[in-house]
Parts: sequence; structure tokens; C-alpha cells
Amino acid sequence: MPQIFHRSTNTLSRATIFGAVFVVAALGWVAMEVQRSPYVTYAGVRRPQPVPFSHEHHVAGLGIDCRYCHTSVETSSFAGIPPTKTCMNCHSQIWTNAQLLEPVRASYRSGESLQWTRVNQLPDFVFFNHSIHVNKGVGCNTCHGPVDQMPLMYQQESLQMEWCLNCHRAPEKNLRPRDQVFNMRYQQPTGINPVVVDGQSFTDQIELGSALVKKYSVRNVKDITSCSTCHR
Amino acid sequence: MEEQYKMTEDAQRSPVIEPGYTFGTVTEKISAIVLTRPASNGWFLGFGIAFMLTMMMLYAIGYLFLKGIGIWGANIPIGWGFAIVNFVWWIGIGHAGTLISAILLLLRQSWRNSINRFAEAMTLFAVAAAGIFPLIHVGRPWLAYWLFPYPSTMGVWPQFRSPLMWDVFAVSTYATISLLFWFIGLIPDMATLRDRAAHPVTRIIYGMLSMGWRGSARHWHRYETAYLLLAGLATPLVLSVHTVVSFDFAIAIVPGWHTTIFPPYFVAGAIYSGFAMVLMLAIPIRKIYGLEDFITERHLQNSAKVMLATGLIVAYGYGIEAFMGWYSGDRYDAFTLWNRLHGPYAVPYWSLLSCNIFIPQVLWIRKLRTSPVALFLISGVILVGMWLERFIIVVVSLHRDFLNSSWGMYYPTRWDWMTFIGTIGMFLAAMFLFLRILPAISIFEMRTLLPEAEVKAE
Repeated sequence: MPQIFHRSTNTLSRATIFGAVFVVAALGWVAMEVQRSPYVTYAGVRRPQPVPFSHEHHVAGLGIDCRYCHTSVETSSFAGIPPTKTCMNCHSQIWTNAQLLEPVRASYRSGESLQWTRVNQLPDFVFFNHSIHVNKGVGCNTCHGPVDQMPLMYQQESLQMEWCLNCHRAPEKNLRPRDQVFNMRYQQPTGINPVVVDGQSFTDQIELGSALVKKYSVRNVKDITSCSTCHR
Repeated sequence: MEEQYKMTEDAQRSPVIEPGYTFGTVTEKISAIVLTRPASNGWFLGFGIAFMLTMMMLYAIGYLFLKGIGIWGANIPIGWGFAIVNFVWWIGIGHAGTLISAILLLLRQSWRNSINRFAEAMTLFAVAAAGIFPLIHVGRPWLAYWLFPYPSTMGVWPQFRSPLMWDVFAVSTYATISLLFWFIGLIPDMATLRDRAAHPVTRIIYGMLSMGWRGSARHWHRYETAYLLLAGLATPLVLSVHTVVSFDFAIAIVPGWHTTIFPPYFVAGAIYSGFAMVLMLAIPIRKIYGLEDFITERHLQNSAKVMLATGLIVAYGYGIEAFMGWYSGDRYDAFTLWNRLHGPYAVPYWSLLSCNIFIPQVLWIRKLRTSPVALFLISGVILVGMWLERFIIVVVSLHRDFLNSSWGMYYPTRWDWMTFIGTIGMFLAAMFLFLRILPAISIFEMRTLLPEAEVKAE
């Protein structure tokens, strides 16, 4: 009886079986990477806006506090998008003829809101509250990144659940004194650059964070990583 | 002395394989079903019906994906309904295959050689049918992969303390080992088919599946080692899979579920229904394909005895449940028993007792144990009974728990029925295909049963 398969089939089949292990492993790895890439998360992607509003110019250049526009950040779940009036506080006086600002003036005339493109968007099944974070000493730029260096707004972090949990599982790694929350230039304490809280000087973030956890009565990790803390 | 014992044994029992066969005729007879025998009209009719039922199942599942599980009768307080009833029923049926192929192999019960191949195939198809139900019951089946522990972007693992999680591992391990065991057992037979096939395409397909088997002594040595190792791996699974399935219930505090008798009683019930399914398949197959010489009266008898024994273990389980309802003094347990006997589901409960305990007692009669028609009917009754058992456990326990304000009733909808009957169709369609594509009886293991195969001392 003639051979059904050529001699090379032996080698080929061995190579296929052996290779399949690597192909499957590689596919798994690619899936993991894609799932965390900006392609899926939109981290770092500048979104088009009706007016190219520059946080860099307004925050770093002019020194406007976050709360001047995002008024409800300390008291509400939503930080607040300013009404056109807030823009016009200044822009009725300066750059009144700038073509770029025409949509703002049009909105002011007609009373219709500007339709900004939301950048930091959480899914609806997550109950996120700005006020609790701000009041427990989570700085704006801890989550939003260096907003004072963003000519066009982008989302700094992945906003994936593992990212949330990174902090909820160890809040002391990121807390800062409450009066530093809106300071975009705040640095975590080091030996050269200590942070003083209630007269006590801290040179290490974990020590500072642990003290703040106690001072601000941050609930324990078990509580703040419970499902129903965020998924109510 | 030993000689004498052997003689009386032989005289009592009908043989595992009828006399008059040689290596050649055994091989010819079994491989002819696949290679030369044309598919009959009956086969096309049977397969056609089974295939249409499969399509009905796909239709029901498609509609389910579109609308959500609201189309089913499952709702609070009966959140589990048909999906879990059918899952447990199917996975239980699968157990006979592994018991026959692994445990009976280790116990050197050579009569298993005639029925292990299609019992294993039955196991695989039953597990496939079972696997559908939890997946479509999770509500958002496209996220069912969340059940597996992988480094997800959610940063959390599945709940390892949940028995539902253990289920995922138990069933997927079981499916994997069963598939491997089945495939490895098929390799020498695939080679036989490769060598006997006339068409070049058939030769290539069986050639690839036989993985270069040439039947050398080294091949046989490796084969035997691998097969034995897998049998060793599969043996604990026979006990563990349904134990874990029973934990889904026993870990909960619902009266009627929260009992330590569940694991052994579930395993016995699984083997009970599994053997019933083996008989329901074996009896028509041996008749239609003229395999009465290979699947003899002995096999029917032995299977009937296994059913009788496991059926009595199941009866003991029911007895203990009833006894504990009284002995524990727990009013909820006592109520569960009363509710089963007199509540709105009394008819299914009494049918369950009849199907699983009373009717199968006729198997004590030797004449019925050897009558294919009677065995076929009794097996059918047992399969219905075992399905009712899971229905009683799931539905009756849930529908009236601690608070009467949360009592309710369960009414399956037509979608429930279509999905359930559809999986039976899928199972049968797969069996029909299996019969035509692969040797339903292990050719080389049958050859070892022949007198020619006995090694005589020179």
C-alpha cells in the first residue's frame, strides 16, 4: 500500500502541535494588551471640542482655580460643567472679537448650552462621587493627570476597574492634605521636600497617607472595595 | 477449584462476545458500519428529525439572546427553573460514560469493551448539551467568559468561594478529560479505518486523526500507559463532578437543598440516569446494526444491575431526606417534606417516586433484566424520573422557602420546552453522526476479548 502522507508530515505535525502552544499564548497576550490600550480605553486621546478650550492656558497661564468653573466638585457627585455665563464673565471684556470664541457668544445670545464632548466618561453602572474623593484628600491631578499642561483635554488614565481598585486597595499611596487637593503643582513628600500636616512633618508618602487615612476617617479597604460601594 | 468456579460462572453468564468470531470478522463487522454500509432511509429520517429539533433549540436560544431570560418561566422566587434542571440532568447522564470507560477499565471488567466507545461519545454529547444551559442562563451570555479566572481589566477574580465557580472547573475539566480519553481510545481504530478506507479523502481524514499510528510495539506500550493514566485521572472525576454540582444546592441554606447527603446521592443518581441512557441507546443500536453478538444479554444484565444498585442508593437518599425532615425537628425541613407530598407539586413528586423507586424494582426479575424491550421502557421511565428529581429539587425547594410572603409558582414557557427538547435533538443528532463517522464499538478492544487473543503458555 502506498504511503498516504509524505515523510515531511511527521515534522510538520510536531511543529504544528508545538507551535500551537505559542500561538495560543501569543493570542492571549495580544488580547490582554489590546484590552488595555488607548484603542479601547481612549486614554490620551484628544477629543474635538466645539471651542478648543485650553486648560493649560487657563490653569497654568492665568492661574484660575479648578473650582471657578467646576463649582460643585466639593459638594456633589458631579464636578459641574460651567454655564456659558462663566465664560462670559471674562470674555465679555477680553477677546470679544476672537473668531474662535464665536460659538461661546452665540450660546450666550441664544441661551443654548455649548455641546462639549465628554472626556472622562464612566459607565452608567458605576456610581462615582467627586465630593467624597475631594474631601478625603484625592488630588484632581491624581486621576485627571496634569490638566494644567493639557492644551486640549484628554483622559489621563484608563478608567478601567483595575485602575480604580489600585487606589481603593491602598488609598494611602495617593492621599494628600485637603488644602493641596486643587494644587496642580503638588509633589508627594520626599526627604528634601517634606509635607507638613498639623505641625508634623512627613517625608514619606505611605506615612503621610496612613496618617491622612486616619485623620479623614477613610473607611477600611474592605468597605471601599465592596461591590456595592460603586455598583449600587 | 478455580477451574470449576470459572466453569459455573461461564455457564451462568452469557458471553461478552458470541462465539465464532475471528480478528478479521470483528474488524469487518464494526468498520463496515462506517465504511461500506450505505446510510439507510431510517438513518436519514432519524437524523433529520434530530437535526430539526437542534434548529428549534438554536431558534429558541437566538430569541433568548434577543429578548433576555424574561421569556423563560424562571423568576423570583424560582430563579433557577428549567435551565438548571436540565443542566444537572444532562451532566448526570454523562457520568455513565466515564464510569464505564475509566472505573470499569481499572477494575478489569472486560465486558465494558463493547459499550465503552459509544458510552464515552454519549458522555461528550451530554456534557455539551449540559454546558449550554448555564451559559444561556447567566443572562448576558456574551460575557460568560467572565466565569474564567483571567487577568481582566476589572482587577478582580471570580468568586472562588462560590460553588458555581467550582462548577465551571469541574465541568470543564470533565469535558476535557472525557474528550481526551475518547480520542486516545479512538486512535488505533482510526488507523484501522484509515487502512480499510477505499476513498483517498477518507484515508487522509482518518490518517490525520490516527496521528501516525502504525501499531508497533512501542506505540502499543505508550498507548496503554497513556490510557491507563487518563483512566486514573478520570476516575476521581466520576465522583467529583456531580459532587460539585450537588454543592450548588447543598452549600445554600434553602430547606430541601441544605443537606450533606447530596454529594453521594447525586453521584448515584447520575450513574443511574447515565446507565439508563446507555441502555436506551444500546438497545436500538444493537438491533438496527445487528450487533447483538457484541452487545449481548450479559451487557444488558450488567447495566440493569448497576441501575438497580444505584437506584437503591437514590432511594436511600430520598429516605434520609424524609427522615431528616422529621428527625431534625426543623420546621422548615419538615414543611419541605410535607410540601413535596401534599403541595402544588405533589403530582411530580409522586411520579418521581414511582419512576425512580417503585417501577425499577421489576429489575429484580431476571426475565425483565434480559428483555431488551422491557429494559428500554424501564430506562425511559428512569430518565423521566431522574429529570423529575432535579425538577423537584430545584423548583419545589425554591417555590416555598422561609417566608410565605415570598412564595410563588413556576410555570415553564414554550421557550423552556423548546430549549430542553432541542438539546435532546442536538444530542441525538450528534449520536447519529457519530454512528456513521466513527466506530461505535471499539474494534481493537473487542479483538482482545476473542479466544485468539489469549496468550497461551507454551
